[in-house]
Amino acid sequence: MEMPSPNPAILARKARLAARLLTVLPADAVIQDEAETRAYECDALTAYKCPPLLAVLPRSTQEVSDVLRICHEEGVPVVPRGAGTSLAGGALPTADCVILGVARMNEVLETDYENRIIRVQTGRTNLSVSGAVEEEAFFYAPDPSSQLACAIAGNIAMNSGGAHCLKYGVTTNNLLGVTMVMMDGTVVEIGGAHLDAGGLDLLGVICGSEGQLGVVTEATLRILRKPEGARPVLIGYDSNEVAGACVSDIIKAGVLPVAIEFMDRPCIEACEAFAKAGYPMCEALLIIEVEGSPEEIDHQLGLITEIARSHNPVELREAGDADEAARIWLGRKSAFGAMGQINDYMCLDGTIPVSSLPFVLRRIGEMSKEFGLDVANVFHAGDGNMHPLILFDANKPGDLETCEAFGAEILKLCVEAGGCLTGEHGVGIEKRDLMLHQYDEADLEAQLKVKDVFDPKWLLNPAKVFPLTVTEGRRAALAAE
Amino acid sequence: MMTLGSEAELAEAIAGASGPLCIQGGGSRGLAVEGEVLSTRALSGVELYEPGALTLVVKAGTPVAEVEALLAAENQRLAFEPMDHRGLLGTEGEPTIGGVIAAGISGPRRIQAGAARDHLLGVRFVDGSGQVVKNGGRVMKNVTGYDLVKLLCGAHGTLGVLTEVSLKVLPRAEAEATVAVAGLDLPQAVRAMSAALGSPYDVTGAAYDAEAGQVCIRVEGFAGSAAYRSGKLAELLSPFGRAEVQPQARDLWQGLRDVSAFHGRAGDVWRISVKPSDAVTLAPRLEAEALQFDWGGGLIWALVPEGTDLRARINVPGHTTLVRAAQNTRARLGVFQPQPAPLAAISAGLRRQFDPRGILNPGLMG
Repeated sequence: MEMPSPNPAILARKARLAARLLTVLPADAVIQDEAETRAYECDALTAYKCPPLLAVLPRSTQEVSDVLRICHEEGVPVVPRGAGTSLAGGALPTADCVILGVARMNEVLETDYENRIIRVQTGRTNLSVSGAVEEEAFFYAPDPSSQLACAIAGNIAMNSGGAHCLKYGVTTNNLLGVTMVMMDGTVVEIGGAHLDAGGLDLLGVICGSEGQLGVVTEATLRILRKPEGARPVLIGYDSNEVAGACVSDIIKAGVLPVAIEFMDRPCIEACEAFAKAGYPMCEALLIIEVEGSPEEIDHQLGLITEIARSHNPVELREAGDADEAARIWLGRKSAFGAMGQINDYMCLDGTIPVSSLPFVLRRIGEMSKEFGLDVANVFHAGDGNMHPLILFDANKPGDLETCEAFGAEILKLCVEAGGCLTGEHGVGIEKRDLMLHQYDEADLEAQLKVKDVFDPKWLLNPAKVFPLTVTEGRRAALAAE
Repeated sequence: MMTLGSEAELAEAIAGASGPLCIQGGGSRGLAVEGEVLSTRALSGVELYEPGALTLVVKAGTPVAEVEALLAAENQRLAFEPMDHRGLLGTEGEPTIGGVIAAGISGPRRIQAGAARDHLLGVRFVDGSGQVVKNGGRVMKNVTGYDLVKLLCGAHGTLGVLTEVSLKVLPRAEAEATVAVAGLDLPQAVRAMSAALGSPYDVTGAAYDAEAGQVCIRVEGFAGSAAYRSGKLAELLSPFGRAEVQPQARDLWQGLRDVSAFHGRAGDVWRISVKPSDAVTLAPRLEAEALQFDWGGGLIWALVPEGTDLRARINVPGHTTLVRAAQNTRARLGVFQPQPAPLAAISAGLRRQFDPRGILNPGLMG
C-alpha cells in the first residue's frame, strides 16, 4: 500500500512544532519520544505501520482547536484517531503527521431522557454510551463488533453500523448534532437536540467522512428505550441459495427482525471448533433475532419459523430461555476470535443486494480455489453487508499480497453485483485504490470538492479514501506552499 | 419551461443555461424562484423494485402517488411518511419523489422510522455545470466515500438536480392503533408524549392538537402486537387522563401529516424544529392563532398573522421554516433560517463548488 512520502521540511520542524503545541497543551498531552509515538503507528489494520511525527492527546474542544490552528499555520497534516480500532487503516499515520487522539475526551456531558438524547465527548467508547443510560433502561443503538473498544469519534468518522442496524439504522441515523473543529481551529455546532438541523445536511456529509472534514469533539446521540425482550432463532440449511431465499421471504412477509446473521460452512466449522456452541454442521446458518414482549416475540418467531420450514431446514432451534439464546449467539459473536485462532485474517465488508447473495457466495468459493486461500463468510444478511474473512499466514512471504489481491477481487465482485466496496468499515487506505471501480472520476471529483470547502489545504487525513492519483494535484499544491 | 425526458438532455440543458433556473418536480411545494422553469416531471419511471431487498430505484420525476401505489401492491411503503403540501399551500400539481427528496420531507413517523434522508440510499444528479454525478447506491449500508446522498437530500436543488433516487422501503404495518388522551394543556401533553416515546412500545406517532387539547399516540405492527402495545400505552398514560384506544385512525394521522387543521385558514404558516421539551416555554412566546405539535413536541406548526416575523420570537435552539406566506414576506424574512456565520460560509462554499455559476434555484437557501 503506497503512502505519500513524508515532507522533509515538516520532519525538520519537529522540535519547533512540539514546542508550539506545548504552549497550548500540558506536557503529558504531547507525545514526541520515538518509543512512545510507536503506540500510534497503526490501527486494527496492523499490516501497515508508520510512527507519526508527534501525537497529541487533548482533553477539550478548546485544546483540539488550538492544536489544529497551530498545525494549520505550520502546514502539518493531522490524522484524527478515536480508539484505533479501524479495520481500514483510517487512523494510519504518515511520518510527517500529527496524530490527534481524542481518547482522553470521554465525558458524558448530558443525559436527557425526556428528550431521549445523550451528549458525549467523542473519545467515549460506544458501549459505555449505552452503559451511561442503562440504569434507565435506555441504549444507544449502533453496535459495531468492536463496541467495547471503539470510540464514538471513529463511529462518526466511519458511519459505523453493527448487527442490529436492520431495525435501528447506522450511526448517521442516530446522530443528531456535533461540535466539530475545522482544520483552521474554527469550532462549529451543527444540529443539536432537535430532530433535523436547518440548512444543508452538513451533519449527513460529516458522518462517514473519515476524519477528512473536521475533528468531531462532542456528539448529541439519539438514545432509545430498550425493548421488553429479545429472542433469537437458529436455522440451518444445506445450501446458501436456500438460506438466501429464506431471508428474502421473511422480509417480503413484512417481518422486520432486528438482526439476521448469516454464516457459511467454513465459518460455522471454525466457530464450532473455537466456541463449541453446538451449531449444526451445514452449508448455511441463519441467526434471526426479534424483539418485543413475550407474546410479540412468539408471534414473529411463529411467522419466521413457518417461512423457514417451507424451505426445509436441516435444523431449526428456538431459544427457550436466556441461556439457550446466549448459546445461539455464542458462536457468531466469537467468529472473529475463532478466525484469529486459525490464522491471520483480513476482514472485508463489501455490501451486495440481498438477491445477489447466492451468486456472490458461489463466486467467492471459486475465487478461494483460484487464489489458494480459505475464506469464511459471516455477515448481516438483512442488509447484504458481507464480511468475508480471508485467511492467510503473515509469516509466509507473498501471502499478504495474495490475500490483498483476493480481497480486491471480492470487492470488485460486490460492486459488479450492484453493491459497494464497504458497508460499515470505511475506505481508509484499504479500499482507497478500488474507489474507481465504484465511482468514475466525476463522481469522485464531486466528493473532493466537499473536502476543498471544509479543508482547503488538504491537511486532514489527506492520503485516505481517494486514490492517490486522484488527489495528487491537490496534495502537491499544498506541499508546494 | 424546459421539460427534459432524459438525464443526458437535462445535463445538456443545464450546461447550456444562460440564466437562473427554477428547478421543479410537481411544483406543489410552493418554493418557486425567479428563472426559467426546469421540470423533472418527464424523468419518470421505476428502474428497479426488489421487495425482498426492501429497495426501490426510481427516476426523480415519478409521481409520489405512483410510488406509493407500487409499494402498496407489495404491502410496503415509504416509512418516512412524506407530507403532501397541496392542501396547506393551495397548490396544484402532482408531487414527485424527487421533490420529496430535494425538500427532505418527512411526516409523523419520522420519530421512529427516520426522515427522508435516512431512507435515501443513492442519488444521481446533475450539478450546476451540467456534470452528471452519482453517489451512494442501492444497498442499505454503504460508507464508500462521502455521503453526498444526505447532502443532496434537503438541498432543494441548489447543489444539483436529482435525476434518480434509490430508496429503502419498509413493510406496511398489518395494523395500527391510536391512543388518545383529551383535556391536556401543553406541558402535560409534552410530558405524556415523552412518557410514551420513552416506553418500550415502539411509538410511531406522537402529536398534540392544541385546539382540542388532545394527545395522540400511534403504534403500528402486527394486529396482536398493536393491540397489546396500545393497551400498555393507555395504562402508562392513565395518570394524564382517560386514554381511549382507536383501532383505526388513518385520516387523523394523514391530517396531522398534512397539517389539515390550517387548510383554508388565513395567515402565514411556520414550521419550527426544537427539542421537544423546549416547546413548552416556546409556544406562548409565539402568540400564534393556532398551533399543532408533532414529533413529541419537537415539530411545531404555527399559524400567525400575515407578515409576522416569528423567528424574532424564538429563544431556544432549533430552526424555523416559513412554509406559507406572501411573496413579499418570504423575500423579507427568508424561507429558511439564516445559519451562524461559519456554517453559512461552508454552505455557500458547497454551493459555489457544485453550482459555480449560481443558476440552480438561486437565493432559495441563502
